[in-house]
Amino acid sequence: MGKIFFFAALALVVVSGLIFAPAEAKLAIHPMDQFQVSALFGDHISWYTPTNVTLWMALAVAAVFALLVLGSSRRAIVPGRAQSVAELAYGFIYKMVEDVAGKDGVKFFPYIMTLFMFIVMANFLGLIPGSFTTTSHIAVTAVLAALVFVTVTVVGFVKNGVGFLGLFWVSSAPLALRPVLAIIELISYFVRPVSHSIRLAGNVMAGHAVLKVFAGFAAALGMFSFLPIFAITAVYALEVLVAFIQAYVFTILTCVYLKDALHPSH
Amino acid sequence: MASNTQEAAHGGGSAMPQLDFSTFGNQIFWLVVALVVIYLILSRVALPRIAAVLAERQGTITNDLAAAEDLKAKAVEAENAYNKALADARAEAQRIAAETRAEIQAGLDEAIAKADEQIAAKAAESEKAIAEIKAGALESVKAVATDTAEALVSALGGSADKDAIAAAVAERTKG
Repeated sequence: MGKIFFFAALALVVVSGLIFAPAEAKLAIHPMDQFQVSALFGDHISWYTPTNVTLWMALAVAAVFALLVLGSSRRAIVPGRAQSVAELAYGFIYKMVEDVAGKDGVKFFPYIMTLFMFIVMANFLGLIPGSFTTTSHIAVTAVLAALVFVTVTVVGFVKNGVGFLGLFWVSSAPLALRPVLAIIELISYFVRPVSHSIRLAGNVMAGHAVLKVFAGFAAALGMFSFLPIFAITAVYALEVLVAFIQAYVFTILTCVYLKDALHPSH
Repeated sequence: MASNTQEAAHGGGSAMPQLDFSTFGNQIFWLVVALVVIYLILSRVALPRIAAVLAERQGTITNDLAAAEDLKAKAVEAENAYNKALADARAEAQRIAAETRAEIQAGLDEAIAKADEQIAAKAAESEKAIAEIKAGALESVKAVATDTAEALVSALGGSADKDAIAAAVAERTKG
């Protein structure tokens, strides 16, 4: 009931806003502008040019450094706030790797921790208004996913040799079905990095674009702008959740794929 | 249109900057740099340090628990020792009391026996004295009776010989 009322009021406000809005405030919403890569100095962008990507990735590195190195610098037996968070992050990922990938997955822990810390910091830095979200770009997440894919495949073959192909040969299925299942498994294996990367970039990009769209409404609606601002607040809260959850999902999927490489039997 | 000029200002790329392939090289290069830096920071400094802190804490906790366990065992031991000492002391006290009681009883018995003996001795002595006195008194009664009988016989004008009188007195006082 309250929901219906809310949407009715929202529609009314949008319509009335469109009618009564001042003529010069055209509804000019550019939700994708925030994802524009631009050089910090000059106009030309080549592969080594320092861009806003460089800036926000450097800030992510600095944030990781601040949390995990500066935060733990006192090595206190009874930890302070920063050290508690650093230890929490460490324990969280360590336990995830150990539980999902198994004991022998623990030697990949620094690698997985690197992925998680980068994604989570980039996501949260991207929530700062006016910032640039590096993880909203498919180029970035595709490289992250490709790194995982290549690592997992190489580890799988190094650890198990040809036995790694047993991952595609479902020995519990009837013999006649196995070739069909093998093709499906093979396709799903190669689709993994695609879904792995698009899931992260898509979630982050969509949330940020929605924020921008509501922000455009707020600019156009005049006195009724409080409604889109309320919506922005709600979506922003959701985005805070998404920022963490997508980093978590990316990391735990990495652990799952690693488990497949270490123990390929179905 | 405003949106057209906006796009033109951004190099006239597609509507999605994500699909602007001209920036891919740049992004990938800086991403790899960032990942390598984070990996080095984590594997060289942060993770070993945090692992050491966690291990140290675990060690401290384990040590403290062991120490607590130790102290608890010691406390139980001390309590047992205390209880044992208490029981010992109680037994010792009872033993001493019993011993003392027995000693006193023995002394008392001895004293009573001694006193009984003395009393018996005194009683025997007294009986002897009484018998002597009694014998003495009987002799005296005989003498007085003889004398009195002699005097009575002579006063009545008779004369009797002493032997007859003595026999008569002896006969009368016999029983």
